[in-house]
Amino acid sequence: MRLNCASTRLLCGLFSASAFALTFTGCANKAAETGPAAGGNSASAPIIVGEFASMTGAQATFGSSTDKGVQLAAAEINKAGGIDGHKIAIHLENDEGQPDAAATAVKKLITEDKAIAILGEVASKNSIAAAPFCNSNRVPMISPSSTNPKVTQTGPYIFRVCFIDPFQGTVAAKFVTGTLKAKTAAVLYDKTSDYSNGLQDFFQKAFVAQGGKIVLVRTYQAGDPDFRSSLTTIKAANPDILYVPGYYNEVGTIARQARQLGIKAPLVGGDGWESPILIEGAGGPGGALEGSYFTDHSALDEKDPVVKKFVESYKAANSGQSPDALTGQGYDAAGVLFAAIKAAGKPEGGDYNTDAFRAKVRDAIAATKGYAGATGDITLDADRNAKKSAVVLQIKGNNYKNVIATFQP
Amino acid sequence: MHDFPQQILIGLQLGSIYALIALGYTMVYGVLKLINFAHGDVYMVGAYAGIGAAWLLGTWLPTVVHLPSLIPSPLGAVLVLLASMMICGLLGLLIEQAAYRPLRTRAWIAPAVFLGAAVGYVAYGIATNANRTPVSAVIIGVVAWAGLAALLYTTQRRRSPGTGSRLTALITAIGVSLFLENFGVLPQIFSSDPRFFPNDPPIARLSPNVETGLIFTVSVVLMIALTYIVTRTRIGKAIRAVSFDADAAALMGINTDRVIAFTFALGAALAGAAGVLVFGLQHTKFDPYVGVLYGLKAFVAAVLGGIGNIPGAVLGGLIMGLAETLVVAYGPNVGIDSTYRDAVAFFLLILILLFRPAGLLGKFAPEKV
Repeated sequence: MRLNCASTRLLCGLFSASAFALTFTGCANKAAETGPAAGGNSASAPIIVGEFASMTGAQATFGSSTDKGVQLAAAEINKAGGIDGHKIAIHLENDEGQPDAAATAVKKLITEDKAIAILGEVASKNSIAAAPFCNSNRVPMISPSSTNPKVTQTGPYIFRVCFIDPFQGTVAAKFVTGTLKAKTAAVLYDKTSDYSNGLQDFFQKAFVAQGGKIVLVRTYQAGDPDFRSSLTTIKAANPDILYVPGYYNEVGTIARQARQLGIKAPLVGGDGWESPILIEGAGGPGGALEGSYFTDHSALDEKDPVVKKFVESYKAANSGQSPDALTGQGYDAAGVLFAAIKAAGKPEGGDYNTDAFRAKVRDAIAATKGYAGATGDITLDADRNAKKSAVVLQIKGNNYKNVIATFQP
Repeated sequence: MHDFPQQILIGLQLGSIYALIALGYTMVYGVLKLINFAHGDVYMVGAYAGIGAAWLLGTWLPTVVHLPSLIPSPLGAVLVLLASMMICGLLGLLIEQAAYRPLRTRAWIAPAVFLGAAVGYVAYGIATNANRTPVSAVIIGVVAWAGLAALLYTTQRRRSPGTGSRLTALITAIGVSLFLENFGVLPQIFSSDPRFFPNDPPIARLSPNVETGLIFTVSVVLMIALTYIVTRTRIGKAIRAVSFDADAAALMGINTDRVIAFTFALGAALAGAAGVLVFGLQHTKFDPYVGVLYGLKAFVAAVLGGIGNIPGAVLGGLIMGLAETLVVAYGPNVGIDSTYRDAVAFFLLILILLFRPAGLLGKFAPEKV
C-alpha cells in the first residue's frame, strides 16, 4: 500500500469522526424511543394502536385518505381525555402498497411497538398478507375497507368495518341490469390483485343470475404498459357496459384508451376507484370517465347528524377539504376499536399490553352492534364482517359523488 | 379476426418503442462490449424529464399548470421531445463519465464530483436525522465528500488503464440501475407515487391510428437519423472503427473515450424520446420502476436481433412488440391468458437463441455497431 500520507490521515479522521457521531446519536435515539414504551403500565402511558397503510406507491391515496380518518378519530378521543386517562398513540407504518412490506410492517408494530391492536389496510392483498401474523399473535386487526372475503376468513382476530365483495358484485350486477338495462357486459380485471379477482367473479355470477350475458373477459396486470390490445377485442364484442373492478391508477388509463378506441359503453367499477385523483388520471373533468359508475361504501350524506359532525370536524382539521369514503372508513375502524377498548374495561394491574386484555378487546369488537359510524351503522356478523348498505356513484365533471342508487344488504 | 390490422398496428407501435430502447443497448455493446443495464432507467428518467419540460413550457398540461400556454402546442410537443432527449443524453454522458470511465482509465474528477456528492448527501442526511446542528451536518457532508474524492484520487492514480474487467463493468451497470431507481423513489426527487401526463397531447385529440402512426413515424425518423450518423458522418466512422477494434482505432489517432461518451449520449437520447412517446401519447402511468420491465424487454429485443447490430435491434424490437400484442389479443381464444404476454416474449428469445445463438442478424453482420 502506497497511500498518500496526508489523505490517509484525512480518511482515518473522517471514519473515526463519523463512527463517533453514529454511536453517540444511536444511543440518544434508543433512549428517546424506549422512554414512553417502557412505562407501559404506568397510570398515564399512552395506548399504542398500530396502523399500516400505503402512504406512497401505486395506491398512495388509499393510505393517505384512510390515515386522515384514523388520525381524526384519535385526535377526537384524546381531546376528550383519552380512555381512562390514557391517550391513544397511533403508530403508522408505510407499506408502500406491497404485500411483503405490509407483513413486515405488521411484524414491527406487534413485536417492537407492542401495539394493542392493528388498523389496516385498504387493498385486500395487503390485508391478506398481514392478517395471519396478527391472528397468530392474538392481536385484533380491523381492516377499514378491504372487501375480499378471504381477509376475515384468516381467523377470529381479524375484522372489517365494510361490506364484502359478494355483496358489492351483486349490487353492481343489479344496478347495471336494473337501472342501466344492460343485457351484455365485458369484464377487464387485474389478475394479480385479490380484490379485482374476487370482485369480477362475484359480479359475473350475479350478472348471469340477473339474466345478463358476459360476452368477453380479459385480464391485465398492474403495471402493464398498454391496454389497447385487449380493449380492441372488447370493442369488437360491443358490450352494453364494461366492468373494470381495478384500482384508480389503471382505471384512468383504461378509460382514456377505451374512449380513444371508440368504446362508448359506460365503465362500471368498485370501491377501488375511490380516489381524489381518479378524475385527473382519466384526463380531467369531462374526460374519459364522464358518466361512468362505481359502487362505494358511502357518499357521506350530510343529512345524518353523525356524518355531519364527522365532515365538519374533518374540514376544520384539514383546511376545508372534504373527506372521501375511505377517510370515513378509517374513522369508523378507529372508532369501533376505541369503543371496544373502552368496553373491555380497565385491564388488571393497569397493563394494556397483555394477551388477556387483547382477548377482551377482541370479544368487545366482535360484539359491536349498531355503532353509529360516519359511513353508516356498523354491526359485525359471525364472520366478523360489517353488514352495511352500498351506494352507486356517478362521475360528473369534477365530482364523483353523485348518488344514483342505494342498496341495502 | 376483423380487428387484425388494428392489433398489428398496436404491435408495431409497441415494437418501435422496444426498438428505440434496444438501439441504446446494442450501440453501447458494440463499442464497449458492455451491457448497460442502467439503460432502462434512463428511459424512465426520460418520462420524468418530459413531464418536467412540459410543465416548464406550459404546454401539454393546461388543467394543472397555472402558466399560460406560451407556445403553440404542436411546437411545444416537439420541444418537450427534444428537451427530454437532451436531458437523457446528458444523463447518459454523466453515467459514462462517473461510473464506467473510471473503470477503464485513471479519470477521477467526474466520479469524485458525482459519487462524492451522493456520499456527502447521505452523510448529511444521517447527520440531520441524528439531530445535529445544520452547520455541523453540512460540515460532515463536505468532509465525507472530500474523503471520497481523496480516496478516488489516490486509488485511481495507481490504476493501469485499459485493464478493467468486463464483469466489474457489468456489475457497475447493475449498480447504476439500482441507484437511479432508488434515487428516483426519494420523495424529494420523483417519489414512488405514480404520475401521468394528465391531459391529452397538445396535438388535439388523436384517433388511435393517427397516434400509433405518429409514434411509429417518430421512431422511424429517429432510427434513420441514427443510421445517418453512424454511416455517413466522421463520428459515425469513428464509432464503427472503435467497435471493430478499439485498440487499433486508438493507435490510428481516434480518441476512443470521446467516441464512447458520444455513443452513450446518443443511445440515452433515443431512450428519452421513447419515454416521452410512450407516456405522453399513450396515457400510461409511470413510476421510478417503470424502466425495469421495458429495459429488460428491450435488452431481450437487442439479443434477439443480434446484440451489437443496429438493424438487428430494430427487428428484434418489432418481433417482441408484435408477439406480445398478438398474445394479448388472440391468446385468450386458444386458452393462453393475456397475462402470459411477458412469458411468451421471453420464450421466443429462448427459442430463437436455440437455433441462432448469435441472434437473428448477428452472424451476417460484417461490422459490429
